[in-house]
Amino acid sequence: MATTQSRGKKRRQSTRASESDSGEVASAADQNGRVTDSDALLNFYKQMTLIRLFETAAQRGFRQGKIGGYLHVYSGQEAVATGFLAAHRDGDKVITAYRDHAHALLLGSMPEEVMAELYGRGTGLVKGKGGSMHLFDVENGLMGGYGIVGGHIPLGVGMAYAMRYQETDGIVQLYLGDGAIHNAAFHEAANLAGLWGRDGLNPTLFIIENNQYGMGTSIERATAMTDLAAKFDSYAIEHEKVDGMDLGAVLECAERVTRQVRETGKPYAVEALTYRIVPHGAGDFFEKYRTKEEVSKWRERDPIGLLEHHLLDSEAATEEQLEALREEAKKAVDAAVAFADESAEPDAAELYTDVYAEPVADDQAGNDQRSVDEA
Amino acid sequence: MPVMTYREALRTAMADEMERDESVLMLGEDIGVYGGTHIITDGLLERFGPKRVIDTPIAEGGFTGAAIGMAMCGLRPIVEMMTWNFSFQAADQIIQNAAKLRYFSGGQTSVPMVIRGPNGGGVQLSAQHTHSLEGFYGHFPGLKVVSPVTPADAKGMMLTAIRDPDPVIFLEAGALYGTKGDVPEGDETVPFGKARVAREGTDVTLIAYGRQVNLLLRVADHLAENEKVEAEVIDLRSIRPFDADAIVESVRKTHRAVVVQEQWRWFSVASEVAAIIQEQAFDDLDAPVERVSGAEVPAPYARNLETAAFPSEEQIVSAVRRALYREG
Repeated sequence: MATTQSRGKKRRQSTRASESDSGEVASAADQNGRVTDSDALLNFYKQMTLIRLFETAAQRGFRQGKIGGYLHVYSGQEAVATGFLAAHRDGDKVITAYRDHAHALLLGSMPEEVMAELYGRGTGLVKGKGGSMHLFDVENGLMGGYGIVGGHIPLGVGMAYAMRYQETDGIVQLYLGDGAIHNAAFHEAANLAGLWGRDGLNPTLFIIENNQYGMGTSIERATAMTDLAAKFDSYAIEHEKVDGMDLGAVLECAERVTRQVRETGKPYAVEALTYRIVPHGAGDFFEKYRTKEEVSKWRERDPIGLLEHHLLDSEAATEEQLEALREEAKKAVDAAVAFADESAEPDAAELYTDVYAEPVADDQAGNDQRSVDEA
Repeated sequence: MPVMTYREALRTAMADEMERDESVLMLGEDIGVYGGTHIITDGLLERFGPKRVIDTPIAEGGFTGAAIGMAMCGLRPIVEMMTWNFSFQAADQIIQNAAKLRYFSGGQTSVPMVIRGPNGGGVQLSAQHTHSLEGFYGHFPGLKVVSPVTPADAKGMMLTAIRDPDPVIFLEAGALYGTKGDVPEGDETVPFGKARVAREGTDVTLIAYGRQVNLLLRVADHLAENEKVEAEVIDLRSIRPFDADAIVESVRKTHRAVVVQEQWRWFSVASEVAAIIQEQAFDDLDAPVERVSGAEVPAPYARNLETAAFPSEEQIVSAVRRALYREG
């Protein structure tokens, strides 16, 4: 934790409509739940644009060989995390899988630190030790970034238990992909959430980022029961679906369901239907599992485009205003790339740190002393 | 000093820590209402209530993972594996999350938790219910792995484990839950990474951990009576971190070593001990390091076959005699 503090953490930018002195988020929604506060919407537009440009820059960095390992970007899914994290409060926790850049950026991690992590630099969010799949910003509520499909879900449920055990009113936003819903970790964890929630001990908000493919396997090819939200019925967890391409719909849902989870201490599940308009990961060259037509059709419902139309049609913004915001976002991403490029690799001695809280002597830890000395 | 069983020593340590520290809680199958399959947690539900003594469904991956999440939020969960055989169901959580979280979060997270339960065989449970997993878990950096054999160490190492800021794999000698011994009262912790000389000797070093230590003590008595050999017996206690110094120091004195374990021979703790001795005490050795291990088969059921699958006094005596060049 000292690692992030020492870098002078910039607190979350104003991602939310407006915040009073008490920390309460004033609603930007009208009585039908639609967000009408144009300043707030413009801010969301800027954030979503920043995420898109960040991800595009990351893909470029990967092609240039500056980013190693795997790279999974969020392009097309921006409205989901942007909408739900607008309802995030200090003290809440967020946990997700490996498509995690957007969550970090929305929670207030600096784009510089996130890009530096992707570049494997010592200035990265986790000091160059985790990479794209393991972003953590504990101070801002991000509890990771996990690479094994489904493996993080039990952790989130345990965190929710801890928050009620410690008598806080925090909740856990637990993100999972549609591909994670078939494995044991999900079912065992959802069962515990339902069970503990019966006693008000499990404020977990499950958010299924349903981009319709687990890597390249469509939902229809992965399960005979394709209603993913309904799977929560088995565990007595209430659920609903939301259009994950429509920021307004997500914002309305997020504000309502986070309040419910916070008040009841019971879990809740939302299936957000969305689409990844880019390949699954850096190695997904051919996309043989879906057609170009299908991708084009979904691009028409690009969440950033939809928001843009809404802002222009409702005269909440002018094209010039949007252009200025895009320019601002581009500058932030350019600065992040430059920072990552210029940053040094981690110090060689970092190889051996953070294995245990207190360093274990090399002969007791099994390290070859000669290698340690060289480092 | 009070005498108590290994079982009571574990329970005392856990209950003392739960009294002392509200962040300590426990999860597992049938640990509450039932009282624990091995009666380790009996009475704790009544004392500490269902929020702190959590009966779970039979889903090791789920509740072990949930405990990791609790630990990341500042709680200190103790997870009971009814037996370590079931931990394969939770191995993804233990290995992929608990062991590595501190590292891949760049030091932003801690996982202070204990996973405990009976390890090893000897009671005719056959293949799926008989494993000695110290080599398996000892393989992974980020975990601490301990295996106490005396009631005193069971208590003292459990206190240390619960207070440790990192995940601890606590492998109990399940066959010895009923054995009695002197156990210090109060807050007597036993540090990790320190082996114990269970018997002093000059002629050969016998090395083990867990219930094989008791076997070695019997062998040492036999050797003294029948072979005029004074064996030193070292109880490793802690597999990770590991006390290489204690072994090397003893071998420098005796010049011979026999390592005994119930687990399989290949890629095991004994393999590592033999390697450490040849790296650090090669010039002191008068004979190759001997290993006595479990047979390389899934554990059988029939009493005679099971007995044959684990190290015996005869095998160990033979190994000692080979190390002394008294037999080929």
